[in-house]
Amino acid sequence: MNPPLLRELVPAVISVLVRRGADFPSAEDAVQEALIRALDTWPDDPPRDPKAWLVAVAWRKFLDATRAETSRRGRELAVEAEPPAGPAPATDDTLRLYFLCAHPTLPPASAVALTLRAVGGLTTRQIAAAYLVPEATMAQRISRAKRRIAGLPLDQPGDLATVLRVLYLVFNEGYGGDVDLAAEAIRLTRQLAALTDEPEVAGLLALMLLHHARRASRTGPGGRLVPLGEQDRSRWDTGMITEGVAILQAALARDRLGEYQAQAAIAALHADARSASETDWVQIVEWYDELLLRTGSPVVRLNRAVAVGEADGPRAGLAALADVDSGVPRYTAVAAYLHERAGDLEHAAELYAEASRAATSVPERDHLTRAAARVRGLLPP
Amino acid sequence: MKYLLLKHYRGGPTPAVDYPPMDQWTPEEVDAHIQFMHDFAARLKERGEFVDGQALAPEGAFVRYDGEGRPPVTDGPFAETKDLIAGWMVIDVESWDRAVQLAGELSAAPGPRGEPIHEWLEVRPFLTEPPTVTE
Repeated sequence: MNPPLLRELVPAVISVLVRRGADFPSAEDAVQEALIRALDTWPDDPPRDPKAWLVAVAWRKFLDATRAETSRRGRELAVEAEPPAGPAPATDDTLRLYFLCAHPTLPPASAVALTLRAVGGLTTRQIAAAYLVPEATMAQRISRAKRRIAGLPLDQPGDLATVLRVLYLVFNEGYGGDVDLAAEAIRLTRQLAALTDEPEVAGLLALMLLHHARRASRTGPGGRLVPLGEQDRSRWDTGMITEGVAILQAALARDRLGEYQAQAAIAALHADARSASETDWVQIVEWYDELLLRTGSPVVRLNRAVAVGEADGPRAGLAALADVDSGVPRYTAVAAYLHERAGDLEHAAELYAEASRAATSVPERDHLTRAAARVRGLLPP
Repeated sequence: MKYLLLKHYRGGPTPAVDYPPMDQWTPEEVDAHIQFMHDFAARLKERGEFVDGQALAPEGAFVRYDGEGRPPVTDGPFAETKDLIAGWMVIDVESWDRAVQLAGELSAAPGPRGEPIHEWLEVRPFLTEPPTVTE
């Protein structure tokens, strides 16, 4: 059995333990221990019934931990006999786990870590490697998060918006270590979409698929950034695009538009263009208008200025940029691009250089430095 | 033994070679420089000498305690005259000589016209745990 299939069992196994009377933090710890043992022993000795194996081992771990705890406190052992496994209506329970792990009281980084562990079935070590922190730090972050939500009942309706936000954060983090976080975010969103009937979940799934489809073309040799307009579109994953578009269309047809559906619609318009010059920028501007109306986000306003620049020319783009707060990340980079397109090369080169100093990632910094160098090369000596 | 190789945006001894900032190079020169850095780190990883490397943004500030119940005092953004660290690499090598040799290789990164930039790098040994056997 490969690890993704094993990981799919994790939320259901946690639910079984909780239904047998374990509290969530202890159940989650016990399942994590069982998972680590499964990763260790299954390759040589695969069980006939993986879920039953996980339940049995996790329950044993839970009892051991509880026994150690109760004997420490010198009290009588409350849980001894193993209750019958009973039926396992796992879907509702898994949905509740999403809500609990992405609870609005948790800081985003903790919600992300807890979701990846309890819903995603990743080990602490894998999560730590993906976020480039020591394993002990990640373990501590997860146990603090669990303490924070320890008293919360598992059966209350949760806040879907924070769940979507957490999945979006996981997707955007890309990948580090041996786990592909973008693919994991897609898997978890797909699973969530099957558990809920909410067009925004479908919208987020479509958004992820449409962006993931471009991944191979987004970086060039040496990890260099390739902007959308210069990407080799023959390397886009057409199967993933087709799926994303179909999911988006079904969601839009339900006429309950939201932020993620609007963002996915923009991604779909890009995916639809065979070349950068064939992009339907007029429609993209309309979607940005819609998004702006809903969110009022300064980042949306900035991206809208880029789209206006493509639809109506760089001067119109610069006019749209005048309404954007200059403190928004990437503002200077957008200003540089629009000035370059307007033929104001000297100013553009200065702005690219300034933007490179304000960049928040190495690939972005290198890309902007290269842009400054390129534009300076166009200037008369 | 672990050593820190520190790269500075400014500060340090007088530059040995005077070259313009990177955004005034040609795109090919920029690419060659970045590729050199990637290759250098990749070689260290392959030889089991690489520990960590990070780049730092030029923005930031100095911060200090300002007494009970008062918010910390910040001094920044960094003044033009102050030393400014651009990033670091941590290596784990056999000796000081090896650390110096590697810093020398890194300092030969290509700049304009593909010439080495002769950049000053700061090499600093880590203080370690005390040894178990001392006599």
